[in-house]
Amino acid sequence: MNMLWKYALPALLGIAVVAAWQGAVRALAVPVYLVPAPSDVWAAFLGDAPSLLASLWATLEVTLIAFACALVGGVALAVLFSQSRTVEAMLYPYAIVLQVTPVVAVAPLLLIWVGYDHVERALVLIAFLVAFFPILSNTTLGLKSTDHNLVDLLRLYGAGRWQILWRLKGPTALPYLLGGAKIAGGLALIGAVVAEMVAGSGTATGLGWRIVEAGNRLEIAKMFAELTLLALLGIAIFATLSAVEHAALRHWHESVLKKDG
Amino acid sequence: MLLELDAISKIFDSGTVALEGVSLQVAEGELLSLVGPSGCGKSTLLRLIAGLIQPTAGSVSFAGGKPETAFVFQEPTLMPWADVLTNARLALDLEHVPRREGEARAAAALARAGLKGFEHAYPRELSGGMKMRVSIARAIAARPRLLLMDEPFAALDEPARQALNDDLLGLWREDGLTIVFVTHSIYESAYLSTRVVVMGARPGRVLDDIALDQPFPRDERHRFTPQFAAAAAKIAAAIKEKAG
Repeated sequence: MNMLWKYALPALLGIAVVAAWQGAVRALAVPVYLVPAPSDVWAAFLGDAPSLLASLWATLEVTLIAFACALVGGVALAVLFSQSRTVEAMLYPYAIVLQVTPVVAVAPLLLIWVGYDHVERALVLIAFLVAFFPILSNTTLGLKSTDHNLVDLLRLYGAGRWQILWRLKGPTALPYLLGGAKIAGGLALIGAVVAEMVAGSGTATGLGWRIVEAGNRLEIAKMFAELTLLALLGIAIFATLSAVEHAALRHWHESVLKKDG
Repeated sequence: MLLELDAISKIFDSGTVALEGVSLQVAEGELLSLVGPSGCGKSTLLRLIAGLIQPTAGSVSFAGGKPETAFVFQEPTLMPWADVLTNARLALDLEHVPRREGEARAAAALARAGLKGFEHAYPRELSGGMKMRVSIARAIAARPRLLLMDEPFAALDEPARQALNDDLLGLWREDGLTIVFVTHSIYESAYLSTRVVVMGARPGRVLDDIALDQPFPRDERHRFTPQFAAAAAKIAAAIKEKAG
C-alpha cells in the first residue's frame, strides 16, 4: 500500500461520513439541539471563532506546561532511580499510588489547595499528575535495559557511573522514553480538559470548561465544534511526538526502520 | 610473566562453585586458549582477569602493573545508535583522546580489521562476521597489551570464523599482543594457540596445559597438516581422559 492510499483512504471515509451525516440530519429534519449537521457545527465555530481559539490556546498552554514538567520530572526521577536502588525502593510505590488514584477524584482538593488564587497552577498540576507516570515508568524500564556486557566494557575502560549513564543507559532508554512521551502527550491533554471541567466557571477559560458550558446551554453545535478542536489538538500533539520519535531513532531502532524485504 | 593467577576460587552468591584452585601463568606474547565444556568457568576466569569480578579466594596479579586490557565478547556488543567509527572509538573517547586523533586511530583499527569503507555504517546494516570485526577493531583501537576474548567467533559460520581466525593471528603477530582466548572448539584452539589450557567442569578447574609448538605464521594450509591433526587429537584426548 503506497503513501497516497495511506492518507487517501481515511480521508475518503471521513468525507463520506460527514456527507452522509449532513444528508441524514437534513433529510430527517433532526432538531439542531439534538444532532447538529456539520454545516451547523462549522457555523457555530465561525460565529465564535476568536473566543474558541483563545480557549484552545488556554488548554494547549496548560497541556504543554504540564507535559514539559512531566518530561523533566519523570526523566529526572527515573535517572535518580537508576543511580540508587534505595531511593527507587522507597519512592516507586508512591509513584504507583499517584498513578492509580483517579485524578478526577483528587482534582477538587488540588483546586482548593493550589488553585484558590491561581487556578491555572492547579490545572497544570492535575495534567502533570496524569502525564507523569508513563514517562517515569518507561524511562525507568529503559535505563534498566542496558546490555550488561557493554556496561562491563565501559567499566573496563574506566568509565564512571555518569559516563555509563550518559553514553550507554541514556541512549538505550531513549526509545522507551519517547514511547512514554507519546502516551504522556495525550494524557496531558486529557488531564488538562478534565481539570478544566472540574474547575468550573469563573477563572477557567479552556475548552474543557467551554464544553461543559455549551452543554448546560444546550448549544450542541458549539459543543461539536469544541470537541473537534480538541480532537485536532490531540492529533497534532501525537503527530509532533511521533515525528520527534522518528527523527531521533530513524538510524537504528527497529521500531522505525523500514523492512528491506 | 604478564599475569599470574594463584589458587583462584570463585563461588557465586547462588552457591555455585565456578572455579576451584585454579593457578595459571600467562607470559607476554602468548596466545593462550582456554578450552572446556560449558560450565567449566572459562568465561568466569576471563572476567576475573579483566577485573570485572573479584575472586572468592586466591589472587590475580600482574608483574608489571595491570596492562591496558581489551575485551571481546561472544556477541559483538555494539552500540546500535552509533555508527561503526563511533563504536570503534569508544575506549578512546573514555580516555579523552582528542576527537580527531581518536577518529584517525579508530579508522586505522577498522581498516586493519577489514572494515575500510564501513566507518559510517550502522551495526544493523552489517553481517554477524562484520559486527564481530567492529568489536575487534574497537578492542585494538585502544592499543591493548592484553586482549581477552570470550568465544568471540562461536556464533559465526565456518568461512567467517576461519577468516577471522587468520586476521586475528595477523593482529596478534603485528602488535605483539598477549591474547587469552576462550573457545569450546578444539580445532579453533589447535589452529590459533601457542598454548592450550584444558579445563573441566563442576567445579571449574585446570585439567591439562598443552604447549603447541607448530611455527607461525600459520595459514589455512596448516589445517591440513599432520601436526595440526596431532595437536587437535591431543587436546581432544585431554578433554576426554581427564574429564572422564
